[in-house]
Amino acid sequence: MGNENGFLVALRDVHKVYHRDRIEIPVLQGINLEVREGEFLALMGPSGSGKSTLLNLIAGIDSPTKGEVHVAGESLGTLRPKRLAAWRARHIGFIFQLYNLIPVLTAYQNVELPLLLTRLSGKERKRRVHFALELVGLRVRASHSPRALSGGEEQRVAIARAIVADPTLLVADEPTGDLDAKNAAEILTLLQRLNAELKKTVIMVTHDPHAAARAHLTLHLDKGVLQP
Amino acid sequence: MGIPLAYNLRNLLVRKTSTALTALGIGLVSWVFIFTLALAGGFESALRTTGSPENLIAIRSGSTAELTSIVTRDAAAIVESQPEVARAPDGRPLATRELVVLWNLERKSGTPTNVVVRGVTARSLSLRPKIRLIEGRLFEPGLEEVVVGRLVSQRFAHGSVGDRIKLAGRQWSIVGVFDSDGASFDSEVWGDVELFMPVFDRPVYQSVTFRLDDPSHLEAVRGRLEADPRMSVQVKREDEFYAAQSATLAALLRGLGLFVTLIMALGAISGALNTMYAAVGSRTKEIGTLLALGFSRGSVLFSFLVESVLLASFGGLLGCVFALPVNGITTSTMNFASFSEIAFRFQVTPPVLLAGMLFAAIMGLVGGFFPARNAARRVLIEALREA
Repeated sequence: MGNENGFLVALRDVHKVYHRDRIEIPVLQGINLEVREGEFLALMGPSGSGKSTLLNLIAGIDSPTKGEVHVAGESLGTLRPKRLAAWRARHIGFIFQLYNLIPVLTAYQNVELPLLLTRLSGKERKRRVHFALELVGLRVRASHSPRALSGGEEQRVAIARAIVADPTLLVADEPTGDLDAKNAAEILTLLQRLNAELKKTVIMVTHDPHAAARAHLTLHLDKGVLQP
Repeated sequence: MGIPLAYNLRNLLVRKTSTALTALGIGLVSWVFIFTLALAGGFESALRTTGSPENLIAIRSGSTAELTSIVTRDAAAIVESQPEVARAPDGRPLATRELVVLWNLERKSGTPTNVVVRGVTARSLSLRPKIRLIEGRLFEPGLEEVVVGRLVSQRFAHGSVGDRIKLAGRQWSIVGVFDSDGASFDSEVWGDVELFMPVFDRPVYQSVTFRLDDPSHLEAVRGRLEADPRMSVQVKREDEFYAAQSATLAALLRGLGLFVTLIMALGAISGALNTMYAAVGSRTKEIGTLLALGFSRGSVLFSFLVESVLLASFGGLLGCVFALPVNGITTSTMNFASFSEIAFRFQVTPPVLLAGMLFAAIMGLVGGFFPARNAARRVLIEALREA
């Protein structure tokens, strides 16, 4: 993979400004960040500090007002929307705070979604979905709909969905924010295993210092600026 | 591969009430559409099957219907004497001279209407082998007896065997009922042409129908008869002659039906539009998730369009189910070519049902397009933030 100077993620002087009623709201100001492949990085900061925005820029679902975002060998600002979508499908595994499972699909079908964007055969898709569900300990719940699952189980299905296509980078936005302590601990352990055993690079946004403690490295954002 | 069809199907099933109501609206419009096509098709079929491609009909030049035609006895004799005219087993020409008049009869409902009264010969049945007596017997030439078509017997007062009807001031006994296999003859009253002529005070026939020994002689016979200076006739294939009579009214029936259908379709499309806008509105976060996972905007557009077409297709299926009981029901209308009532059956055929389904799908496509486009244009980051 042609990474930027050996880094899987490299941000150069990234600014993000939102506009509301002609008022400019600076969210990120001159962010420079480098993340190596295989790292487990936690981004912490108070609400409104810009950590989710930073994660969205890295994941290619938002674009910077100024600056460059290089991830997995691509300068995201140069990609047209259709190629950016294909890039996300190939390189990014999303884990959302509220799981974002499709309620009308079963756990199996939710996990299979990213594979529908690949050229894999039906048999290979099935093998991978079962592997991912096995990994998160929910193979027996494959045919259940999200409504039939607990919050922790839903998040585990979401993690299976995030890893099933073997993405380069896992981005997790408050993955334990909606869970009780026990389920949160299980999810964090799972993320640690994915990082340690499958060598997945993980960038996680969290408020929770206990969650951040599971990461190799924690960075703090405040008012859109990375703290030294 | 795009977004799985199960996603759309299950979303439709989850929203049972709005799906059912929208499908019902589309189904009703599809039903009206199918009804219209079945009506026009039934009318066309009745007239199209009236004529046989093996028979020729000679009528006065310039006439478009038998009612406005005159064929004199001499002209009829000339037509029958053509050497190419086929012969019956008895050696006589396979041709029939016919007289057509309109007569006002009373329906069972009490309302009067015009009926075609046709003077025929014994050859008329030989030339139309599909016609068979289903009750009673054929009239005796020279006697005041008639046979009636099946639909006359069913729809008119005193139309049964043994009843008597008044024609031209005389009482005529109904001695038989015939069936012409869906042709317009089912709406006619037949009697002896040679008796009808003096009774109805008609010295001429309206047409001569005949068959050739070899169909390839058609152009030669037509050319000779139409150029004959002793008479003024035109010769047509019988099936084409009757089909042409149905064209105007069938087009009118279709036109009026489609006009009503299109107005109703606007309402149904609005229903689909509302349902799909509501679907898109309630699934903004799902749309955001699908886009984030890497599905293209085109996939999202296509997926919602498919959902709308599926929804409309449920409606189309309902329309087909509603329409099936109409198949074969007899109705009647005024045939503008003969100014007489023609009864016919609704024909809900597979192509008509397919057209109804297609029409429903088009309604779904039109109604779903803007909501689907709206879904595909969602700003990803904003869609993900939706609660």
